[in-house]
Amino acid sequence: MLSRSAAAAPAKRRAPARVLPGFKITLGYTLMYLCLIVLIPLSALVFKTFTLTWDQFWAAVTGPRVMASYRLTFGASLIAALVNVVFGLLVAWVLVRYQFFGKKVVDALVDLPFALPTAVAGISLTALLAGNGWVGQYLEPLGIQLAFNPNGIVIALIFIGLPFVVRTVQPVLEDAEKELEEAATCLGASRWQTFSKVIFPSIAPALLTGFAMAFARGMGEYGSVIFIAGNMPMISEITPLIIIGKLEQYDYAGATAVATVMLVISFILLLVINGLQTWQRRRSGAPV
Amino acid sequence: MSTSIIRRAEAGTTEAAWVRYTLIGISLTFLFLFLVLPLAAVFAEALRKGFDAYWQALKEPDAWSAISLTLITALIAVPLNLVFGIAAAWCIAKYEFKGKSVLTTLVDLPFSVSPVVAGLVYVLMFGAQGWFGPWLQAHDLKVIFAVPGIVLATIFVTFPFIARELIPLMQAQGNEEEQAAIVLGATGWQTFWYVTLPNIKWGLIYGVILCNARAMGEFGAVSVVSGHIRGQTNTMPLHVEILYNEYQSVAAFAVASLLALLALVTLLIKSVAEWRHEREMKAIRDLPPENTQAASSTLPVKAAS
Repeated sequence: MLSRSAAAAPAKRRAPARVLPGFKITLGYTLMYLCLIVLIPLSALVFKTFTLTWDQFWAAVTGPRVMASYRLTFGASLIAALVNVVFGLLVAWVLVRYQFFGKKVVDALVDLPFALPTAVAGISLTALLAGNGWVGQYLEPLGIQLAFNPNGIVIALIFIGLPFVVRTVQPVLEDAEKELEEAATCLGASRWQTFSKVIFPSIAPALLTGFAMAFARGMGEYGSVIFIAGNMPMISEITPLIIIGKLEQYDYAGATAVATVMLVISFILLLVINGLQTWQRRRSGAPV
Repeated sequence: MSTSIIRRAEAGTTEAAWVRYTLIGISLTFLFLFLVLPLAAVFAEALRKGFDAYWQALKEPDAWSAISLTLITALIAVPLNLVFGIAAAWCIAKYEFKGKSVLTTLVDLPFSVSPVVAGLVYVLMFGAQGWFGPWLQAHDLKVIFAVPGIVLATIFVTFPFIARELIPLMQAQGNEEEQAAIVLGATGWQTFWYVTLPNIKWGLIYGVILCNARAMGEFGAVSVVSGHIRGQTNTMPLHVEILYNEYQSVAAFAVASLLALLALVTLLIKSVAEWRHEREMKAIRDLPPENTQAASSTLPVKAAS
Protein backbone atom coordinates (compact mmCIF):
# COMPACT_ATOMS: atom_id res chain seq x y z
CA MET A 1 0.00 0.00 0.00
CA LEU A 2 2.58 2.42 1.20
CA SER A 3 4.94 1.64 -1.62
CA ARG A 4 2.29 2.26 -4.25
CA SER A 5 1.38 5.73 -3.02
CA ALA A 6 5.04 6.57 -2.57
CA ALA A 7 5.67 5.59 -6.16
CA ALA A 8 2.94 7.57 -7.80
CA ALA A 9 4.36 10.99 -7.05
CA PRO A 10 7.97 10.60 -8.24
CA ALA A 11 6.87 8.60 -11.27
CA LYS A 12 4.94 11.61 -12.54
CA ARG A 13 7.66 14.12 -11.81
CA ARG A 14 10.75 12.21 -12.78
CA ALA A 15 9.81 9.57 -15.29
CA PRO A 16 11.34 7.30 -16.46
CA ALA A 17 14.18 7.01 -13.95
CA ARG A 18 11.99 6.04 -11.01
CA VAL A 19 9.17 4.01 -12.39
CA LEU A 20 9.72 1.42 -9.71
CA PRO A 21 8.06 2.06 -6.39
CA GLY A 22 9.64 1.84 -2.98
CA PHE A 23 12.67 4.06 -3.30
CA LYS A 24 11.92 6.32 -0.37
CA ILE A 25 10.80 3.61 2.00
CA THR A 26 13.69 1.24 1.27
CA LEU A 27 16.29 4.02 1.38
CA GLY A 28 14.78 5.39 4.59
CA TYR A 29 14.73 1.99 6.22
CA THR A 30 18.28 1.23 5.08
CA LEU A 31 19.58 4.51 6.50
CA MET A 32 17.71 4.09 9.78
CA TYR A 33 18.88 0.54 10.34
CA LEU A 34 22.43 1.48 9.33
CA CYS A 35 22.46 4.33 11.83
CA LEU A 36 20.98 2.29 14.66
CA ILE A 37 23.16 -0.78 14.29
CA VAL A 38 26.42 0.55 12.87
CA LEU A 39 26.91 4.31 12.77
CA ILE A 40 25.64 5.41 16.19
CA PRO A 41 27.49 2.61 18.04
CA LEU A 42 30.70 3.36 16.12
CA SER A 43 30.33 7.05 16.88
CA ALA A 44 30.07 6.13 20.57
CA LEU A 45 33.60 4.80 20.20
CA VAL A 46 34.83 8.02 18.62
CA PHE A 47 33.11 10.23 21.22
CA LYS A 48 34.50 8.17 24.06
CA THR A 49 37.97 8.63 22.57
CA PHE A 50 37.50 12.41 22.55
CA THR A 51 36.94 12.37 26.32
CA LEU A 52 40.59 11.35 26.68
CA THR A 53 43.34 13.93 26.66
CA TRP A 54 45.90 13.61 23.87
CA ASP A 55 48.55 12.40 26.31
CA GLN A 56 46.27 9.73 27.74
CA PHE A 57 45.37 8.60 24.25
CA TRP A 58 48.98 8.54 23.08
CA ALA A 59 50.14 6.66 26.17
CA ALA A 60 47.41 4.06 25.70
CA VAL A 61 48.08 3.41 22.01
CA THR A 62 51.89 3.45 22.10
CA GLY A 63 52.66 1.39 25.19
CA PRO A 64 55.39 -1.19 24.51
CA ARG A 65 52.99 -4.12 24.80
CA VAL A 66 50.54 -2.46 22.43
CA MET A 67 53.30 -1.60 19.94
CA ALA A 68 54.49 -5.21 19.99
CA SER A 69 50.92 -6.32 19.28
CA TYR A 70 50.63 -3.97 16.26
CA ARG A 71 53.86 -5.34 14.84
CA LEU A 72 52.70 -8.91 15.36
CA THR A 73 49.17 -8.40 14.00
CA PHE A 74 50.42 -6.46 11.00
CA GLY A 75 53.28 -8.85 10.24
CA ALA A 76 51.26 -12.03 10.64
CA SER A 77 48.38 -10.67 8.53
CA LEU A 78 50.83 -9.58 5.84
CA ILE A 79 52.60 -12.94 5.65
CA ALA A 80 49.31 -14.85 5.70
CA ALA A 81 47.81 -12.66 2.99
CA LEU A 82 50.92 -13.12 0.81
CA VAL A 83 50.77 -16.90 1.21
CA ASN A 84 47.08 -16.72 0.32
CA VAL A 85 47.81 -14.71 -2.81
CA VAL A 86 50.12 -17.47 -4.08
CA PHE A 87 47.98 -20.44 -3.12
CA GLY A 88 44.68 -18.67 -3.69
CA LEU A 89 45.67 -17.88 -7.26
CA LEU A 90 46.83 -21.45 -7.74
CA VAL A 91 43.58 -22.89 -6.38
CA ALA A 92 41.45 -20.48 -8.44
CA TRP A 93 43.47 -21.35 -11.55
CA VAL A 94 43.13 -25.07 -11.02
CA LEU A 95 39.40 -24.79 -10.32
CA VAL A 96 38.72 -22.68 -13.41
CA ARG A 97 41.07 -24.18 -15.97
CA TYR A 98 41.41 -27.88 -15.20
CA GLN A 99 39.09 -30.83 -14.89
CA PHE A 100 39.67 -33.40 -12.19
CA PHE A 101 37.76 -35.85 -10.06
CA GLY A 102 35.89 -34.24 -7.17
CA LYS A 103 36.26 -30.70 -8.48
CA LYS A 104 32.80 -29.63 -7.37
CA VAL A 105 33.43 -30.83 -3.82
CA VAL A 106 36.76 -29.01 -3.71
CA ASP A 107 35.10 -25.88 -5.06
CA ALA A 108 32.46 -26.01 -2.34
CA LEU A 109 35.04 -26.71 0.34
CA VAL A 110 36.94 -23.50 -0.40
CA ASP A 111 34.18 -21.59 1.40
CA LEU A 112 34.68 -23.61 4.59
CA PRO A 113 36.52 -20.81 6.42
CA PHE A 114 33.51 -18.53 5.76
CA ALA A 115 31.11 -21.05 7.24
CA LEU A 116 33.14 -22.64 10.04
CA PRO A 117 32.97 -20.66 13.30
CA THR A 118 36.34 -19.13 14.05
CA ALA A 119 36.53 -20.64 17.51
CA VAL A 120 36.10 -24.11 16.05
CA ALA A 121 38.84 -23.43 13.51
CA GLY A 122 41.04 -22.19 16.35
CA ILE A 123 40.77 -25.22 18.63
CA SER A 124 40.97 -27.60 15.72
CA LEU A 125 44.16 -26.07 14.27
CA THR A 126 45.61 -26.04 17.76
CA ALA A 127 44.80 -29.71 18.24
CA LEU A 128 46.47 -30.51 14.90
CA LEU A 129 49.63 -28.55 15.51
CA ALA A 130 50.20 -29.11 19.22
CA GLY A 131 53.04 -31.46 20.16
CA ASN A 132 50.75 -34.51 20.31
CA GLY A 133 48.55 -33.58 17.33
CA TRP A 134 48.27 -35.29 13.94
CA VAL A 135 50.70 -32.86 12.34
CA GLY A 136 52.58 -31.58 15.38
CA GLN A 137 53.90 -35.00 16.38
CA TYR A 138 55.90 -35.22 13.16
CA LEU A 139 57.15 -31.66 13.27
CA GLU A 140 58.22 -31.50 16.88
CA PRO A 141 61.13 -33.99 16.54
CA LEU A 142 62.39 -31.79 13.70
CA GLY A 143 62.41 -28.80 16.03
CA ILE A 144 59.52 -27.07 14.26
CA GLN A 145 56.91 -25.60 16.58
CA LEU A 146 53.82 -24.24 14.92
CA ALA A 147 51.42 -23.87 17.86
CA PHE A 148 51.55 -21.41 20.76
CA ASN A 149 53.81 -18.92 18.99
CA PRO A 150 53.55 -16.42 16.10
CA ASN A 151 53.79 -19.26 13.54
CA GLY A 152 50.42 -20.48 14.74
CA ILE A 153 48.90 -17.05 14.24
CA VAL A 154 50.08 -17.01 10.62
CA ILE A 155 48.60 -20.46 10.01
CA ALA A 156 45.24 -19.49 11.52
CA LEU A 157 45.16 -16.35 9.37
CA ILE A 158 46.00 -18.35 6.23
CA PHE A 159 42.98 -20.53 6.98
CA ILE A 160 40.73 -17.51 7.55
CA GLY A 161 41.88 -15.54 4.50
CA LEU A 162 42.07 -18.21 1.79
CA PRO A 163 38.51 -17.92 0.38
CA PHE A 164 38.83 -14.16 -0.01
CA VAL A 165 41.57 -14.52 -2.61
CA VAL A 166 40.08 -17.55 -4.37
CA ARG A 167 36.60 -16.06 -4.61
CA THR A 168 37.76 -12.71 -5.97
CA VAL A 169 40.14 -14.17 -8.57
CA GLN A 170 37.91 -17.05 -9.72
CA PRO A 171 35.15 -15.05 -11.50
CA VAL A 172 37.73 -12.86 -13.26
CA LEU A 173 39.57 -15.93 -14.52
CA GLU A 174 36.27 -17.42 -15.68
CA ASP A 175 35.48 -14.30 -17.68
CA ALA A 176 38.96 -13.98 -19.18
CA GLU A 177 38.84 -14.14 -22.96
CA LYS A 178 40.62 -17.12 -24.41
CA GLU A 179 41.05 -15.29 -27.71
CA LEU A 180 43.75 -13.10 -26.17
CA GLU A 181 45.73 -16.15 -25.13
CA GLU A 182 45.28 -17.71 -28.54
CA ALA A 183 46.51 -14.52 -30.15
CA ALA A 184 49.56 -14.48 -27.88
CA THR A 185 50.34 -18.09 -28.77
CA CYS A 186 49.94 -17.41 -32.47
CA LEU A 187 52.33 -14.49 -32.14
CA GLY A 188 54.93 -16.88 -30.75
CA ALA A 189 54.67 -16.36 -27.00
CA SER A 190 55.56 -19.25 -24.76
CA ARG A 191 52.93 -20.41 -22.29
CA TRP A 192 54.78 -18.70 -19.44
CA GLN A 193 55.02 -15.45 -21.41
CA THR A 194 51.30 -15.64 -22.14
CA PHE A 195 50.61 -16.09 -18.47
CA SER A 196 52.90 -13.36 -17.19
CA LYS A 197 52.20 -10.79 -19.92
CA VAL A 198 48.56 -11.46 -20.86
CA ILE A 199 46.70 -13.34 -18.14
CA PHE A 200 48.40 -12.00 -15.04
CA PRO A 201 47.86 -8.28 -15.81
CA SER A 202 44.15 -8.93 -16.33
CA ILE A 203 43.74 -10.68 -12.96
CA ALA A 204 46.16 -8.47 -11.02
CA PRO A 205 43.46 -6.04 -9.75
CA ALA A 206 41.34 -8.93 -8.49
CA LEU A 207 44.38 -10.53 -6.89
CA LEU A 208 45.22 -7.27 -5.12
CA THR A 209 41.62 -6.93 -3.94
CA GLY A 210 41.70 -10.44 -2.55
CA PHE A 211 45.02 -9.71 -0.87
CA ALA A 212 43.63 -6.56 0.75
CA MET A 213 40.50 -8.37 1.92
CA ALA A 214 42.47 -11.25 3.43
CA PHE A 215 44.82 -8.77 5.07
CA ALA A 216 41.96 -6.68 6.49
CA ARG A 217 40.27 -9.77 7.85
CA GLY A 218 43.53 -10.92 9.41
CA MET A 219 44.09 -7.60 11.17
CA GLY A 220 40.78 -7.91 13.00
CA GLU A 221 40.65 -11.66 13.50
CA TYR A 222 40.25 -12.88 17.06
CA GLY A 223 38.45 -16.20 17.47
CA SER A 224 40.73 -18.50 15.55
CA VAL A 225 43.94 -16.84 16.70
CA ILE A 226 43.67 -16.74 20.49
CA PHE A 227 43.60 -20.51 20.89
CA ILE A 228 46.70 -21.18 18.84
CA ALA A 229 48.72 -18.06 19.68
CA GLY A 230 49.73 -18.89 23.22
CA ASN A 231 49.04 -15.22 24.01
CA MET A 232 52.37 -14.32 25.58
CA PRO A 233 52.72 -10.56 26.16
CA MET A 234 55.22 -8.94 23.78
CA ILE A 235 55.58 -12.17 21.77
CA SER A 236 52.27 -13.60 20.62
CA GLU A 237 49.59 -11.20 21.82
CA ILE A 238 47.45 -9.75 19.01
CA THR A 239 45.87 -6.29 19.14
CA PRO A 240 42.24 -7.43 19.60
CA LEU A 241 43.41 -9.41 22.62
CA ILE A 242 44.97 -6.23 24.06
CA ILE A 243 41.52 -4.62 23.87
CA ILE A 244 39.93 -7.58 25.65
CA GLY A 245 42.66 -7.51 28.29
CA LYS A 246 42.10 -3.82 28.97
CA LEU A 247 38.34 -4.37 29.17
CA GLU A 248 38.79 -7.15 31.69
CA GLN A 249 40.77 -4.74 33.87
CA TYR A 250 37.95 -2.17 33.47
CA ASP A 251 40.36 0.11 31.58
CA TYR A 252 37.61 1.35 29.25
CA ALA A 253 39.61 4.41 28.18
CA GLY A 254 42.61 2.32 27.16
CA ALA A 255 40.47 -0.24 25.35
CA THR A 256 38.66 2.54 23.48
CA ALA A 257 41.90 4.20 22.43
CA VAL A 258 43.35 1.01 20.97
CA ALA A 259 40.00 0.17 19.36
CA THR A 260 39.97 3.59 17.69
CA VAL A 261 43.36 2.90 16.16
CA MET A 262 42.04 -0.42 14.83
CA LEU A 263 38.90 1.28 13.54
CA VAL A 264 40.95 3.86 11.64
CA ILE A 265 43.06 1.08 10.12
CA SER A 266 39.95 -0.80 9.02
CA PHE A 267 38.51 2.39 7.51
CA ILE A 268 41.69 2.90 5.49
CA LEU A 269 41.69 -0.73 4.34
CA LEU A 270 38.03 -0.49 3.39
CA LEU A 271 38.73 2.56 1.23
CA VAL A 272 41.70 0.82 -0.37
CA ILE A 273 39.57 -2.25 -1.14
CA ASN A 274 36.83 -0.07 -2.62
CA GLY A 275 39.35 1.75 -4.79
CA LEU A 276 40.80 -1.56 -5.97
CA GLN A 277 37.36 -2.88 -6.84
CA THR A 278 36.56 0.22 -8.87
CA TRP A 279 39.86 -0.18 -10.70
CA GLN A 280 39.11 -3.84 -11.34
CA ARG A 281 35.66 -3.05 -12.74
CA ARG A 282 37.08 -0.40 -15.02
CA ARG A 283 39.79 -2.79 -16.21
CA SER A 284 37.34 -5.52 -17.04
CA GLY A 285 34.95 -3.03 -18.61
CA ALA A 286 32.00 -4.41 -16.68
CA PRO A 287 29.07 -2.04 -16.28
CA VAL A 288 28.39 -3.02 -12.66
CA MET B 1 34.38 -26.49 -38.32
CA SER B 2 37.64 -28.34 -38.59
CA THR B 3 38.67 -29.99 -35.37
CA SER B 4 42.40 -29.47 -36.00
CA ILE B 5 42.05 -25.70 -35.72
CA ILE B 6 40.21 -26.04 -32.46
CA ARG B 7 42.83 -28.44 -31.18
CA ARG B 8 45.67 -26.08 -32.09
CA ALA B 9 43.91 -23.12 -30.47
CA GLU B 10 43.27 -25.15 -27.36
CA ALA B 11 46.85 -26.31 -27.14
CA GLY B 12 47.84 -22.65 -27.00
CA THR B 13 45.61 -21.96 -24.04
CA THR B 14 46.53 -24.80 -21.75
CA GLU B 15 49.63 -26.30 -20.21
CA ALA B 16 51.55 -29.51 -20.72
CA ALA B 17 50.04 -32.46 -18.87
CA TRP B 18 52.83 -32.67 -16.28
CA VAL B 19 52.38 -28.98 -15.42
CA ARG B 20 48.65 -29.47 -15.04
CA TYR B 21 49.01 -32.45 -12.75
CA THR B 22 51.69 -30.72 -10.67
CA LEU B 23 49.51 -27.66 -10.17
CA ILE B 24 46.46 -29.74 -9.32
CA GLY B 25 48.58 -31.80 -6.94
CA ILE B 26 50.03 -28.79 -5.14
CA SER B 27 46.69 -27.08 -4.69
CA LEU B 28 44.90 -30.21 -3.54
CA THR B 29 47.67 -30.88 -1.02
CA PHE B 30 47.41 -27.32 0.24
CA LEU B 31 43.62 -27.54 0.57
CA PHE B 32 43.91 -30.93 2.26
CA LEU B 33 46.33 -29.57 4.86
CA PHE B 34 44.50 -26.32 5.53
CA LEU B 35 40.84 -27.25 5.11
CA VAL B 36 40.24 -31.00 5.26
CA LEU B 37 42.57 -31.83 8.14
CA PRO B 38 41.17 -29.19 10.54
CA LEU B 39 37.64 -30.29 9.70
CA ALA B 40 38.45 -33.96 10.20
CA ALA B 41 40.28 -33.18 13.44
CA VAL B 42 37.11 -31.69 14.95
CA PHE B 43 35.20 -34.94 14.55
CA ALA B 44 38.15 -37.14 15.44
CA GLU B 45 38.78 -35.27 18.68
CA ALA B 46 35.08 -35.25 19.53
CA LEU B 47 34.81 -39.02 19.13
CA ARG B 48 38.18 -39.88 20.67
CA LYS B 49 36.59 -41.43 23.75
CA GLY B 50 33.76 -43.05 21.85
CA PHE B 51 30.15 -42.25 21.19
CA ASP B 52 29.08 -42.42 24.83
CA ALA B 53 31.44 -39.66 25.95
CA TYR B 54 30.38 -37.63 22.91
CA TRP B 55 26.74 -38.07 23.77
CA GLN B 56 27.30 -37.29 27.45
CA ALA B 57 29.00 -34.01 26.52
CA LEU B 58 26.07 -32.97 24.36
CA LYS B 59 23.50 -33.92 27.01
CA GLU B 60 24.98 -31.48 29.54
CA PRO B 61 22.40 -28.85 30.59
CA ASP B 62 24.96 -26.08 30.02
CA ALA B 63 25.54 -27.32 26.49
CA TRP B 64 21.79 -27.33 25.92
CA SER B 65 21.32 -23.81 27.16
CA ALA B 66 24.21 -22.71 24.93
CA ILE B 67 22.57 -24.39 21.94
CA SER B 68 19.20 -22.79 22.62
CA LEU B 69 20.72 -19.33 23.16
CA THR B 70 22.58 -19.68 19.87
CA LEU B 71 19.37 -20.66 18.08
CA ILE B 72 17.42 -17.76 19.63
CA THR B 73 20.15 -15.30 18.66
CA ALA B 74 20.18 -16.48 15.07
CA LEU B 75 16.38 -16.50 14.93
CA ILE B 76 16.32 -12.79 15.81
CA ALA B 77 19.42 -11.61 13.97
CA VAL B 78 18.95 -13.34 10.62
CA PRO B 79 15.37 -12.14 9.85
CA LEU B 80 16.28 -8.58 10.83
CA ASN B 81 19.29 -8.60 8.53
CA LEU B 82 17.19 -10.27 5.83
CA VAL B 83 14.68 -7.40 5.81
CA PHE B 84 17.53 -4.91 5.83
CA GLY B 85 19.38 -6.78 3.09
CA ILE B 86 16.39 -6.75 0.75
CA ALA B 87 15.62 -3.08 1.44
CA ALA B 88 19.25 -2.03 0.97
CA ALA B 89 19.67 -4.10 -2.20
CA TRP B 90 16.43 -2.71 -3.64
CA CYS B 91 17.37 0.94 -3.20
CA ILE B 92 21.05 0.49 -4.13
CA ALA B 93 20.56 -1.79 -7.13
CA LYS B 94 17.40 -0.35 -8.66
CA TYR B 95 18.00 3.41 -8.41
CA GLU B 96 20.65 6.03 -9.05
CA PHE B 97 21.06 8.63 -6.35
CA LYS B 98 23.64 10.90 -4.81
CA GLY B 99 25.87 9.28 -2.23
CA LYS B 100 25.10 5.77 -3.44
CA SER B 101 28.73 4.65 -3.38
CA VAL B 102 29.14 6.05 0.13
CA LEU B 103 26.10 4.10 1.26
CA THR B 104 27.43 0.91 -0.33
CA THR B 105 30.74 1.38 1.46
CA LEU B 106 28.99 1.97 4.78
CA VAL B 107 26.94 -1.20 4.35
CA ASP B 108 30.24 -3.07 3.98
CA LEU B 109 31.76 -1.42 7.03
CA PRO B 110 30.97 -4.17 9.60
CA PHE B 111 32.97 -6.61 7.45
CA SER B 112 36.18 -4.75 8.07
CA VAL B 113 35.63 -3.83 11.71
CA SER B 114 37.27 -6.30 14.07
CA PRO B 115 34.65 -8.34 15.95
CA VAL B 116 36.25 -7.28 19.22
CA VAL B 117 35.75 -3.61 18.33
CA ALA B 118 32.16 -4.42 17.36
CA GLY B 119 31.54 -5.85 20.81
CA LEU B 120 33.28 -2.94 22.49
CA VAL B 121 31.08 -0.27 20.87
CA TYR B 122 27.99 -1.86 22.41
CA VAL B 123 29.68 -1.95 25.80
CA LEU B 124 30.35 1.77 25.39
CA MET B 125 26.69 2.36 24.53
CA PHE B 126 24.91 0.10 26.98
CA GLY B 127 27.53 -0.89 29.58
CA ALA B 128 27.48 0.37 33.18
CA GLN B 129 29.62 3.37 32.21
CA GLY B 130 28.11 3.76 28.74
CA TRP B 131 25.76 6.34 27.23
CA PHE B 132 22.57 4.53 28.20
CA GLY B 133 24.06 2.65 31.16
CA PRO B 134 22.59 4.77 33.98
CA TRP B 135 19.17 4.90 32.31
CA LEU B 136 19.14 1.12 31.80
CA GLN B 137 20.16 0.54 35.40
CA ALA B 138 17.44 2.89 36.66
CA HIS B 139 14.87 0.87 34.74
CA ASP B 140 16.41 -2.44 35.74
CA LEU B 141 17.17 -3.44 32.18
CA LYS B 142 20.23 -5.37 31.17
CA VAL B 143 21.76 -5.31 27.71
CA ILE B 144 25.44 -5.99 28.29
CA PHE B 145 26.25 -9.34 29.91
CA ALA B 146 22.75 -10.41 28.87
CA VAL B 147 20.93 -11.75 25.83
CA PRO B 148 20.06 -8.39 24.14
CA GLY B 149 23.75 -7.46 23.95
CA ILE B 150 24.57 -10.82 22.37
CA VAL B 151 21.82 -10.36 19.80
CA LEU B 152 22.94 -6.79 19.01
CA ALA B 153 26.58 -7.78 18.58
CA THR B 154 25.54 -10.67 16.32
CA ILE B 155 23.39 -8.36 14.19
CA PHE B 156 26.33 -6.00 13.79
CA VAL B 157 28.75 -8.70 12.71
CA THR B 158 26.36 -10.35 10.23
CA PHE B 159 24.92 -7.02 9.06
CA PRO B 160 26.20 -6.91 5.43
CA PHE B 161 25.93 -10.58 4.47
CA ILE B 162 22.54 -10.66 2.75
CA ALA B 163 22.80 -7.16 1.28
CA ARG B 164 26.26 -8.02 -0.13
CA GLU B 165 24.90 -11.11 -1.81
CA LEU B 166 21.85 -9.39 -3.31
CA ILE B 167 23.26 -6.06 -4.54
CA PRO B 168 25.44 -7.41 -7.41
CA LEU B 169 22.76 -9.94 -8.32
CA MET B 170 20.01 -7.33 -8.60
CA GLN B 171 22.29 -4.87 -10.38
CA ALA B 172 23.14 -7.48 -12.99
CA GLN B 173 19.48 -8.22 -13.61
CA GLY B 174 18.56 -4.62 -14.30
CA ASN B 175 15.12 -3.04 -14.03
CA GLU B 176 13.38 -4.03 -17.26
CA GLU B 177 11.33 -6.88 -15.89
CA GLU B 178 10.12 -4.87 -12.89
CA GLN B 179 9.29 -1.88 -15.06
CA ALA B 180 7.27 -4.11 -17.36
CA ALA B 181 5.33 -5.44 -14.38
CA ILE B 182 4.58 -1.94 -13.11
CA VAL B 183 3.51 -0.75 -16.53
CA LEU B 184 1.18 -3.75 -16.76
CA GLY B 185 -0.46 -2.60 -13.54
CA ALA B 186 1.19 -4.66 -10.81
CA THR B 187 1.58 -3.10 -7.39
CA GLY B 188 4.99 -2.70 -5.82
CA TRP B 189 4.52 -5.78 -3.65
CA GLN B 190 3.27 -7.89 -6.54
CA THR B 191 6.26 -6.82 -8.60
CA PHE B 192 8.66 -7.73 -5.85
CA TRP B 193 6.93 -10.99 -5.01
CA TYR B 194 6.33 -12.34 -8.51
CA VAL B 195 9.13 -10.76 -10.54
CA THR B 196 12.11 -9.84 -8.38
CA LEU B 197 12.00 -12.59 -5.78
CA PRO B 198 12.04 -15.54 -8.23
CA ASN B 199 15.06 -13.94 -9.92
CA ILE B 200 17.07 -13.52 -6.75
CA LYS B 201 15.92 -16.52 -4.76
CA TRP B 202 19.15 -18.55 -4.96
CA GLY B 203 21.29 -15.57 -4.02
CA LEU B 204 18.88 -14.84 -1.21
CA ILE B 205 19.06 -18.40 0.10
CA TYR B 206 22.84 -18.33 -0.02
CA GLY B 207 22.96 -14.99 1.79
CA VAL B 208 20.60 -16.20 4.48
CA ILE B 209 22.44 -19.45 5.22
CA LEU B 210 25.82 -17.71 5.25
CA CYS B 211 24.41 -15.04 7.55
CA ASN B 212 22.99 -17.78 9.74
CA ALA B 213 26.30 -19.65 9.90
CA ARG B 214 28.11 -16.50 10.96
CA ALA B 215 25.37 -15.59 13.45
CA MET B 216 25.59 -18.98 15.13
CA GLY B 217 29.36 -19.08 15.04
CA GLU B 218 30.28 -15.53 16.00
CA PHE B 219 32.87 -15.51 18.74
CA GLY B 220 34.84 -12.28 19.17
CA ALA B 221 32.02 -9.74 19.34
CA VAL B 222 29.78 -11.96 21.44
CA SER B 223 32.64 -12.79 23.78
CA VAL B 224 33.04 -9.09 24.66
CA VAL B 225 29.38 -8.48 25.50
CA SER B 226 28.36 -11.84 26.97
CA GLY B 227 30.04 -11.89 30.36
CA HIS B 228 30.41 -15.68 30.02
CA ILE B 229 27.75 -16.66 32.55
CA ARG B 230 27.43 -20.41 32.26
CA GLY B 231 23.97 -21.61 31.40
CA GLN B 232 22.76 -18.05 30.83
CA THR B 233 24.81 -15.98 28.42
CA ASN B 234 26.98 -18.61 26.80
CA THR B 235 26.49 -19.23 23.12
CA MET B 236 27.88 -22.41 21.56
CA PRO B 237 31.24 -20.92 20.50
CA LEU B 238 31.71 -19.42 23.97
CA HIS B 239 30.80 -22.73 25.56
CA VAL B 240 33.41 -24.40 23.36
CA GLU B 241 35.99 -21.92 24.63
CA ILE B 242 35.15 -22.50 28.30
CA LEU B 243 35.26 -26.28 27.96
CA TYR B 244 38.52 -26.08 26.02
CA ASN B 245 40.16 -23.85 28.60
CA GLU B 246 39.03 -26.28 31.32
CA TYR B 247 40.86 -29.06 29.43
CA GLN B 248 37.59 -30.86 28.72
CA SER B 249 38.79 -31.52 25.23
CA VAL B 250 36.24 -34.14 24.21
CA ALA B 251 33.31 -32.03 25.41
CA ALA B 252 34.68 -28.92 23.71
CA PHE B 253 35.11 -30.74 20.40
CA ALA B 254 31.69 -32.39 20.77
CA VAL B 255 29.98 -28.99 20.86
CA ALA B 256 32.38 -27.77 18.17
CA SER B 257 31.40 -30.73 15.99
CA LEU B 258 27.80 -29.47 15.95
CA LEU B 259 29.05 -26.13 14.66
CA ALA B 260 31.23 -27.91 12.10
CA LEU B 261 28.17 -29.87 10.95
CA LEU B 262 26.33 -26.59 10.60
CA ALA B 263 29.18 -25.32 8.42
CA LEU B 264 29.01 -28.45 6.25
CA VAL B 265 25.25 -28.13 5.83
CA THR B 266 25.75 -24.47 4.93
CA LEU B 267 28.26 -25.39 2.23
CA LEU B 268 25.95 -28.10 0.92
CA ILE B 269 22.95 -25.79 0.63
CA LYS B 270 25.16 -23.17 -0.95
CA SER B 271 26.43 -25.59 -3.59
CA VAL B 272 22.94 -26.86 -4.36
CA ALA B 273 21.70 -23.27 -4.69
CA GLU B 274 24.57 -22.47 -7.05
CA TRP B 275 24.01 -25.53 -9.22
CA ARG B 276 20.27 -24.89 -9.43
CA HIS B 277 20.95 -21.27 -10.33
CA GLU B 278 23.37 -22.28 -13.07
CA ARG B 279 20.89 -24.76 -14.46
CA GLU B 280 18.17 -22.12 -14.60
CA MET B 281 20.54 -19.73 -16.34
CA LYS B 282 21.41 -22.41 -18.87
CA ALA B 283 17.71 -23.04 -19.49
CA ILE B 284 17.22 -19.33 -20.20
CA ARG B 285 20.22 -19.31 -22.52
CA ASP B 286 18.79 -22.23 -24.47
CA LEU B 287 15.53 -20.39 -25.14
CA PRO B 288 14.66 -19.46 -28.74
CA PRO B 289 16.42 -16.32 -30.05
CA GLU B 290 13.53 -13.89 -29.55
CA ASN B 291 13.91 -14.34 -25.81
CA THR B 292 17.65 -13.76 -25.61
CA GLN B 293 17.17 -10.09 -24.80
CA ALA B 294 15.63 -11.02 -21.47
CA ALA B 295 18.18 -13.75 -20.94
CA SER B 296 21.22 -11.61 -21.62
CA SER B 297 20.25 -9.11 -18.94
CA THR B 298 20.29 -11.88 -16.34
CA LEU B 299 23.41 -13.69 -17.50
CA PRO B 300 26.41 -12.37 -15.58
CA VAL B 301 25.05 -13.11 -12.16
CA LYS B 302 27.62 -15.35 -10.57
CA ALA B 303 28.76 -12.77 -8.09
CA ALA B 304 31.85 -12.93 -5.95
CA SER B 305 30.96 -12.79 -2.31
